[in-house]
Amino acid sequence: MKITINGKEMLLVENSARTIDSLLEELDVSQRLYVTVELNGDILDRPTHETTPVAEGDVIEFLYFMGGGSSHVD
Amino acid sequence: MIRIPQAIHDDMIAHAREGFPLEVCGILGGEGESVSAIYRMTNTDASNEHFMMEPREQFAVVKDLRAKGLTMLAIYHSHPETPARPSEEDIKLALTPDVSYLIISLAAADAVVKSYKISAGNVQQEQIETIV
Repeated sequence: MKITINGKEMLLVENSARTIDSLLEELDVSQRLYVTVELNGDILDRPTHETTPVAEGDVIEFLYFMGGGSSHVD
Repeated sequence: MIRIPQAIHDDMIAHAREGFPLEVCGILGGEGESVSAIYRMTNTDASNEHFMMEPREQFAVVKDLRAKGLTMLAIYHSHPETPARPSEEDIKLALTPDVSYLIISLAAADAVVKSYKISAGNVQQEQIETIV
């Protein structure tokens, strides 16, 4: 199976059970609760990561939540 | 160390002042240690104490950087009223690997900009070299 992840083509062993979340796990992506995923141009709701299948030709982008704050700085 | 053109360094401070009293945020891109691009981002929290980037803007920046052969080198945000040190929240949410985290403090009359490498809760300040 060929997909594109963050701009790079990748060949994966066929696995009909593969979901977005399990793919991120395969890629050793940590802190997955803080990851936002775009699948073929659409941003996925985080709860669907575990149920959305990965298909041949998918174009997937993912990145981490970017946020913070100045509270609790002495 | 991170190298930042003076114009981009000045633009980050200008961004922070324009957004005051709210926090502002943005992304710096470039190659190696050298910054060559700045992207002002929307703080969807519109808060004096927090920032959160908008995912669609984040993806757009990442794709633009890739198209230009650049990478994301730093994430910056302002501290309108507190020092240029990462807060507990900053440290906890420093999740993007291999980038610098810049903080622009407007707590004093003169803005202060500092850069940090943050990984797994460990914080290390790094030198900023401004270049012309």
